Amino acid sequence: MTTRVGVVTFPGSLDDRDAQRAVRLAGAEPVALWHRDKDLHQVDAVVLPGGFSYGDYLRCGAISRFSPVMDTVIEQAKLGMPVLGICNGFQVLCESHLLPGALTRNDSLHFICRDQKLRIENAGTAWTRDYSAGQEIVVPLKNGEGRFVADERVLDELEAEGRVVARYLDVNPNGSYRDIAGITNAAGNVVGLMPHPEHAVEPLTGPTTEGLGFFTSVLKQLVNA
Amino acid sequence: MARVVVDVMLKPEILDPQGQAVQRALPRLGFAGIADVRQGKRFELELEGPVDDAALARIREAAETFLANTVIEDFTVRVEEEGK
Repeated sequence: MTTRVGVVTFPGSLDDRDAQRAVRLAGAEPVALWHRDKDLHQVDAVVLPGGFSYGDYLRCGAISRFSPVMDTVIEQAKLGMPVLGICNGFQVLCESHLLPGALTRNDSLHFICRDQKLRIENAGTAWTRDYSAGQEIVVPLKNGEGRFVADERVLDELEAEGRVVARYLDVNPNGSYRDIAGITNAAGNVVGLMPHPEHAVEPLTGPTTEGLGFFTSVLKQLVNA
Repeated sequence: MARVVVDVMLKPEILDPQGQAVQRALPRLGFAGIADVRQGKRFELELEGPVDDAALARIREAAETFLANTVIEDFTVRVEEEGK
């Protein structure tokens, strides 16, 4: 049976098609999910893609977080279903309290778009098991509100429990505390990432193909489950 | 119609780069003596019914869960007096 990975489209999502393509290139079947539909259509995992859902009104991800589809995503994530939030999807996960902390305005106030070097810190999550801990990858990064913040206690807890999934290398593009580019929940099934692995899956369009590992990881995770 | 105002501000410990940019622009425009600027949001809620304890409790709940992200923001709720 083919593994089914859902990709949610919110009003204002931009990278849903790219995420679907990455899922397909990884060998799974992408399933388009609609924000107003509570039904996850028997998917095995969900990607919340990048973009500007609801125009980033109120706060990034704050309105999408209350969409019907998110009720089911939150419920299933708590039961262990793998969920990857990329960029705006990461913001939705923080607003949903599936992940701690928040994403705020870049310290430079500039929208940053660049190829970004990252270090994979935790290769044990549902979305990073095809990497090795300490591996360096380059994927695109594009955000205006990508600065990860949390209080010291939460940051220490994330570090102590190995829940920092990826860190910015060479340059911290947005002022994220402790160079954090991505984190996971305690169970390791929910991952939020500010850079865009789905834009680094093919040599023609990406700086590398080093983003594909996020999507092949979840496939391996689900097949072995 | 009764109006309830919810003010949302970034917590003091959270960097406010927008406020800082405004603060840096002020002296250039001749507005001296302003030591710090923090930028927030103001919501004006027009109620259909009376502003009673139950209505205010619901508004506080809305502020807590939706209008503010209490991870990074604080909020205040106040009733705007008639005639203002």
